[in-house]
Amino acid sequence: MPLKYRVLTIVALCLVSVWFLFPRNVTQRQRGSDGLLHDVTFRRIPLQQGLDLKGGTYLALEVNDSIQKIPQDKKGEAIDRALKVVRTRIEGFGVSEAVVQKQGSDRIVVQIPGIQDPERARKLVEDQAFLEFKITDKTQALERALPKLDQVIKARGLVAKSDTAGKGAATVAKGLQGLLTKTDTSKKADTTKKGAKAAAAKDTTTPDSLKIQPGGAMSSLIEQGQMPGEFYVEVDKVPTLENYLADTAVKAALPPGKDLIAGTDSTPLQGKFYRSYYLVDSKPIITGEYLTKARPNQSPTDGTIVEFELSNEGGRRFRTETGKHIGDYMAIILDRRVMGRPPVIQGAIGTRGQITMGGKGLDAAQDLALVLNAGALPVPLRVAETHVIGPSLGQDSIDRGRTAAIIAVVLVVVIMIAYYRFSGVLAVGGLTLYVLYTLAALAGFDAVLTLPGIAGFVLSIGIAVDANVLIFERIREELDRGKTVRTAIDEGFRHAMPAIVDSNVSTILTAAVLYQYGTGPVKGFAVTLIAGIFASLVTSIFVVRTFYLLWLNRSRGAQTLSI
Amino acid sequence: MKMLRILHGTNYDFIKFWRTAVAATIGFILLGLAFMGYHKARTGEAVNYSIEFTGGTVVQVKFAQAAHPDAVRSAVDRAGFPGSEIAAFGSPADFLIKVPPKAGATSAPDAPRIGAEIVASFAQTIPGNVARVERAESVGPRVGAELKTKAFTAILISFLVTLIYLAIRFEWRFGVAAVVATAHDILTTMAFLAMLHLEVSLTVVAAILTVIGYSLNDTIIIFDRVRENLKKQRKESLYDVLNRSINETLPRSVMTHATVLAATLSLLLFAGEVIRPFSWIMAFGVFTGTFSSIYVAGPILLWIEHRWPRATGAENKGAARAAAEERRREQRTPVATR
Repeated sequence: MPLKYRVLTIVALCLVSVWFLFPRNVTQRQRGSDGLLHDVTFRRIPLQQGLDLKGGTYLALEVNDSIQKIPQDKKGEAIDRALKVVRTRIEGFGVSEAVVQKQGSDRIVVQIPGIQDPERARKLVEDQAFLEFKITDKTQALERALPKLDQVIKARGLVAKSDTAGKGAATVAKGLQGLLTKTDTSKKADTTKKGAKAAAAKDTTTPDSLKIQPGGAMSSLIEQGQMPGEFYVEVDKVPTLENYLADTAVKAALPPGKDLIAGTDSTPLQGKFYRSYYLVDSKPIITGEYLTKARPNQSPTDGTIVEFELSNEGGRRFRTETGKHIGDYMAIILDRRVMGRPPVIQGAIGTRGQITMGGKGLDAAQDLALVLNAGALPVPLRVAETHVIGPSLGQDSIDRGRTAAIIAVVLVVVIMIAYYRFSGVLAVGGLTLYVLYTLAALAGFDAVLTLPGIAGFVLSIGIAVDANVLIFERIREELDRGKTVRTAIDEGFRHAMPAIVDSNVSTILTAAVLYQYGTGPVKGFAVTLIAGIFASLVTSIFVVRTFYLLWLNRSRGAQTLSI
Repeated sequence: MKMLRILHGTNYDFIKFWRTAVAATIGFILLGLAFMGYHKARTGEAVNYSIEFTGGTVVQVKFAQAAHPDAVRSAVDRAGFPGSEIAAFGSPADFLIKVPPKAGATSAPDAPRIGAEIVASFAQTIPGNVARVERAESVGPRVGAELKTKAFTAILISFLVTLIYLAIRFEWRFGVAAVVATAHDILTTMAFLAMLHLEVSLTVVAAILTVIGYSLNDTIIIFDRVRENLKKQRKESLYDVLNRSINETLPRSVMTHATVLAATLSLLLFAGEVIRPFSWIMAFGVFTGTFSSIYVAGPILLWIEHRWPRATGAENKGAARAAAEERRREQRTPVATR
């Protein structure tokens, strides 16, 4: 290649590199929330700092198959759908620069820079927001199933040894019964009276026969609540009950077509806290898929609430279903938890409804409205990994990384120039372009700058001069054999080639394998490695050679070479 | 022509010491194993895996002033995380607290909450010395197991790819020798990790892989010389060719190791605590890589040669082809570029 074109190529490469390294506006076609394609222009800043450098929250999510079993081949598709929901939710969180990505085939990664409240972020993405409306049981199905449940639990050997609840608890329960009804009438008289009457009218059994008999493992755990289908469990004993309910045999012994679901509220009674449980129909009368709008609000009677609206079709179904269940209680279930106390259905309900938040603040209501609007996650997710990095730590890493990089560069420059003199200066010139090209290549790959990435880059500066060293040593050997300067340079480059190619190709192959099979940081490291090798090949073989040719042209007939 | 030269035109018999070298490296690896046994007896884990592999939580805290490790430990115990590992992190005011994963949990622990609880406990037990959470990370139990398999697969496949490439470019015996040398580097690096009780994190795995690449590079440079010298002098024994090639590449080795070591040492000394394990391994890697290129790859090549002697002279098709290629190249007139 004529020298002129060599120089032009190098200049062109430099210009392209600089262009890659400058922030610029990029226009992309993206599907907006309305489902249409839009041209979105955003500022693309090359070599963005990773979270370990700028601080922030990183969450990796995976399908939670302990709640819902998903076949392996369906997981990818489920994750794709979940990705959209998570993205909408994070966008609603109001942090710019947040990144939501799929990682591998079964993971979602959420990166939120500089967030102050990582716990809230976690809840926002982990809540499935699966909304269901179910009718609570009024037939004492659980009471009737209790003897069988007690037997099953005993047979399965699930009874905890420390669990000494027996007669004592039962007597407390009887005392509670009176207390409960008193508080109930005073508090919620207006809403429940009508329903309670209706329920009482339908009940054919006498109240006495409803009493839970003490003795069995399950019977001793639960107390009757103040409305049909409601039960109280001492908060300390909730884990024991959950343990029973997790057993498949116990699940099978529950009344057919019914589920026992925990509520969100706990009621203090006689210095103890009780969690509510509700026996509800397994089949929901309607689910959150018809929800179109949700917004937080304050209500004078119910405190913080989330109001929602259903679509027309959902409203129709809701009206028909609620029409059939007038006088029944309707549990509003979010992610397998009954929200508040189930209200009684007083007449057919149309498109509007509300969820009471209990004692929770407006923040919680806002987040719930946000997740309801974004839609339910198609599969339950759980956090597989979380990293929260403080901003000062990141700055510290950047400062130290910079110091190390500068010192490394200075040392390498000194070694090269001290040993190879003029040729060393040419190599340092090549090294400068190496840094420029590598950074540009990384920017082209959209690589994110992380601390291991910086370390790898610093290291690569030390390794990059290897090709130069190989070539220079070869040129020295040729000069030793008495060849002229020009021939020695030509031969030196030529003889060094096989070694340079073989060693670098094998490293590229290793890096490619790392890229294929590695995850996260390892993958980023592989990208740095590959970019570095290519840049090093270009600079040592092509750029430094051009420098030599330029020098030979200027000093025609040079008899000596400083190397 | 004046040149600054080191180790130029040397003629050391490197290979002569291969028995001593092999004994030394086996001793080193065994010592590493002994350290692993010691760690296993002390902590129950032979290898100090990071939470990325084991699951669990790590919280880095920074106090306003230096704090006593015992006070930190008792505060962490009080916060409800007994059995946590506590270590000073770079300075007496910085601590790294490693909370083991809860048995039976399926999702990652809530790292920010754990961090907040620990700092709240510090405020009670170490009053007047304000602490803040610099970093809180946690990993669920499933991720780790997956990572281990993935890292292992990656290393195995890269071995295979290297083997195939070297078999094509050189000969199968060179490929085998290079891969054995690389495997040796992994073993010595693991031994080194055990001796310093460094934590094996993803970054450390990346460092080990870099060491592998670096060592392989070094081996190939020497093998390339061997290949070249075999073509030139066919009377010389492989033993002599090997020695001569090592000597001829010695200046290059010294220079490259010097620049890489310069970069590595500046990382080790200035880049801070987070990246220190990475820097340690790279620094060690420069030495083990150089060592294995000479004393593992060389003797293995000789052993293979001894076990399966190669055909000599014109019968050696590979060498003949390479020689023909070389002749063709020589005949080509150099194109003058200007």
